[in-house]
Amino acid sequence: MGTTVIERNEEVRNSKQTNETAKINVKDLDLFYGDKQALYKVSLDIHEKEVTALIGPSGCGKSTFLRSLNRMNDLIDGVKITGDIVIDNENIYETNDVIKLRTKVGMVFQKPNLFPMSIYDNVAYGPRMQGIKSKKELNKIVEESLRGAAIWDEVKDRLKTSALGLSGGQQQRVCIARAIAMKPEIILMDEPTSALDPISTLKVEELIANMKKDYTIVIVTHNMQQAARVSDKTAFFLNGEIIEYDETNNIFSMPKDQRTEDYVTGRFG
Amino acid sequence: MLEKLSARIFLFCALLSVVSLLLIVGFVFYKGSHPFVAEGYSFFDFIFGMDWVPSEDKFGIFPMIVASLFATIGALIIGVPVGLFTAIFLAEIAPKRVAKIISPAVQLLAGIPSVLYGVFGLAIIVPFLQNNLGLVKGQSLLAVILVLAIMMLPTVVTVAETAIRAVPKMYREGSLALGASQIGTIFKVVVPAAKSGIMAAVVLGLGRAIGETMAVILVAGNSLILPTSLTDSVRPLTTNIALEMGYAFGTHQEMLFATGIVLFSFILLLNFVLAKISSKGGN
Ligand SMILES: Nc1ncnc2c1ncn2[C@@H]1O[C@H](COP(=O)(O)OP(=O)(O)OP(=O)(O)O)[C@@H](O)[C@H]1O
Ligand SMILES: [Mg+2]
Repeated sequence: MGTTVIERNEEVRNSKQTNETAKINVKDLDLFYGDKQALYKVSLDIHEKEVTALIGPSGCGKSTFLRSLNRMNDLIDGVKITGDIVIDNENIYETNDVIKLRTKVGMVFQKPNLFPMSIYDNVAYGPRMQGIKSKKELNKIVEESLRGAAIWDEVKDRLKTSALGLSGGQQQRVCIARAIAMKPEIILMDEPTSALDPISTLKVEELIANMKKDYTIVIVTHNMQQAARVSDKTAFFLNGEIIEYDETNNIFSMPKDQRTEDYVTGRFG
Repeated sequence: MLEKLSARIFLFCALLSVVSLLLIVGFVFYKGSHPFVAEGYSFFDFIFGMDWVPSEDKFGIFPMIVASLFATIGALIIGVPVGLFTAIFLAEIAPKRVAKIISPAVQLLAGIPSVLYGVFGLAIIVPFLQNNLGLVKGQSLLAVILVLAIMMLPTVVTVAETAIRAVPKMYREGSLALGASQIGTIFKVVVPAAKSGIMAAVVLGLGRAIGETMAVILVAGNSLILPTSLTDSVRPLTTNIALEMGYAFGTHQEMLFATGIVLFSFILLLNFVLAKISSKGGN
C-alpha cells in the first residue's frame, strides 16, 4: 500500500515537472501510412531552448516523427495519426490553424530547398506571406535572419542574385535564415548536414549551438558525433518506437538499453 | 558495322526532314515573292491594301491580317487563363481520383480533328451568339475566338499540367513549412517554378490557334471587311488561302502563297515575342 502511494506521488511530481518545462509534449503517438504503421506509441517531452537529437537506423521513423510536429504529414494521402502532440499547452492536431503552427514551428530539410528566386526573396518569402509589405521592415528581417544564420557576410553583396547560385552549404544556411525569418520558437531539422561537406557541416553545427539560446531545436541526424556535439538530449528510435531518451551524455556514455549501446557504438544497422 | 549503319539511318532521316522543310519554305517563298519581284506589284499595297478582289487585280490583305491578329489574341486572352487554371486545378487541387479521370480525357480532346471543333462551333456557338446578341449572322470574330480558345485548351492544359507536376515536391514542402497557404504556395512558388513549361504551353496553344483553318472557315463568316467589332464577320489569313487556292491560278495563286508567307512570318514573330517575354520573366 505504502509503496503505491509513494509511486503515485512521484508520478504526479514528474508530470508536473514536465508540464512546466516541456515545450513539446508528445503522448502515445501512433502514425499509419495507409495500413502500415510507422510510429508506435511514441511519447516524448522536448524541452525549451534545448537541442534534441533523434537518432536511429534508416526507416525507423525519425523523419515521420519530426514531420508530425509541424503537421507536414498532413500532405501525404492516407496518413492516420492518433495520440497527442501538445505544444505550449495546445494540442496541435485539434486546432485548424496549421498556418499558425507552421509559423511557430519552422523546418529545415535534408536537401537545401531554396526557391528559384533571389536570396532576398527567399528569406522574405515567409514574412511576405504573412502580409508584411513594408520594404524597410522586410530589409530588416532579411538582414537579421541572414545574420542569425551566420551567412550575412557571405551573401550581403548578392542578395538580389539567384539563391541557387550559392554552394550547398551556403544554401542550407540560407534555408535556416529563411526559417528564422518567420520568428519561430521551434526549429525542426531533418538531417540538415547530410548533403554538405565537412566544413559546411561544421559551420551549421556551430550555428545550431548558437541558435540554442533563442530556439528549441529538434534535429534528426545519422551522424553520432554530430548528435553528441550539438544536442542536449537524444532519443533513440528503432522500428517506430523510442527505445531510449535521455541526456545526450548518458545515451553515449552509459546507455541503459543494449540496443542503444549497439547502435551508438556502431555495432548495429 | 551496325553502329555505323544506324548512324547513317539517323543522319538520313534528319536530312530528309530538314530538306523537306526547306523545300516547302523555299517553294512558298519563291511562289509568293514572284508578283513583287517579277510582276511589279507593290508589297506595301499587298500588306496594307483594304481590298481583295482578284478579278479586278486588287490584292490587299490588311483586313485579314487584322482578323488573324484579333482572333489569335482573343483566343489567347480566353484560352490561356482558363487552361492555366484548369491545369493548376488538376495538378494541385483536385483529388487524385478526379485528376486521374479528367487529365486523360483532356489529352484525348487534343486529338479531336479540328473540323469537329468547327462543327461544334457552327452548331452551338454560332446560333447561341446569333440569338443572344441579336446578330443577323452568328458567324463572327467572336465565334472564331471562342472556337479557337476551346481548341487550344487541351494543349494548354496538358502541357501546363505536366510542367506544374514536374515542379519538385521540395519546393511545395518548403513553402508550406514556412506557413504559406496552399493557394499562396501555388501562385508564389509552383507556378513561377513551372514558368518555362507554362510558356511552352502558351506557345503550343498559340500555334494551334493561329494556324487553324478548317474550324475557322465554318464559323468566321469569311467577309472581306476590316473588323471593327467582335461581332463582325471576318476572314483570317488561313481561311483566305484555303477558300481560294482550289480555283486560283496565275497571279491570284501567287498572292495566296504570299498570304502564306505573311502567315508564316506572323507565327515566327509571335513565337519570338513570347520567347522574349518568357526570358525577361526569368530574370
Ligand atoms: N510517404 C510514405 N508513405 C508510406 N510509407 C512511408 C512514407 N514515408 C515513410 N514511410 C515509411 O515509414 C517508415 C519510417 O520512415 P521515415 O522516413 O520516417 O524513416 P527515417 O527514420 O527518417 O529514415 P531515414 O534515416 O532513412 O531518413 C519507413 O518504413 C518508410 O518506408
Ligand atoms: Mg528521414
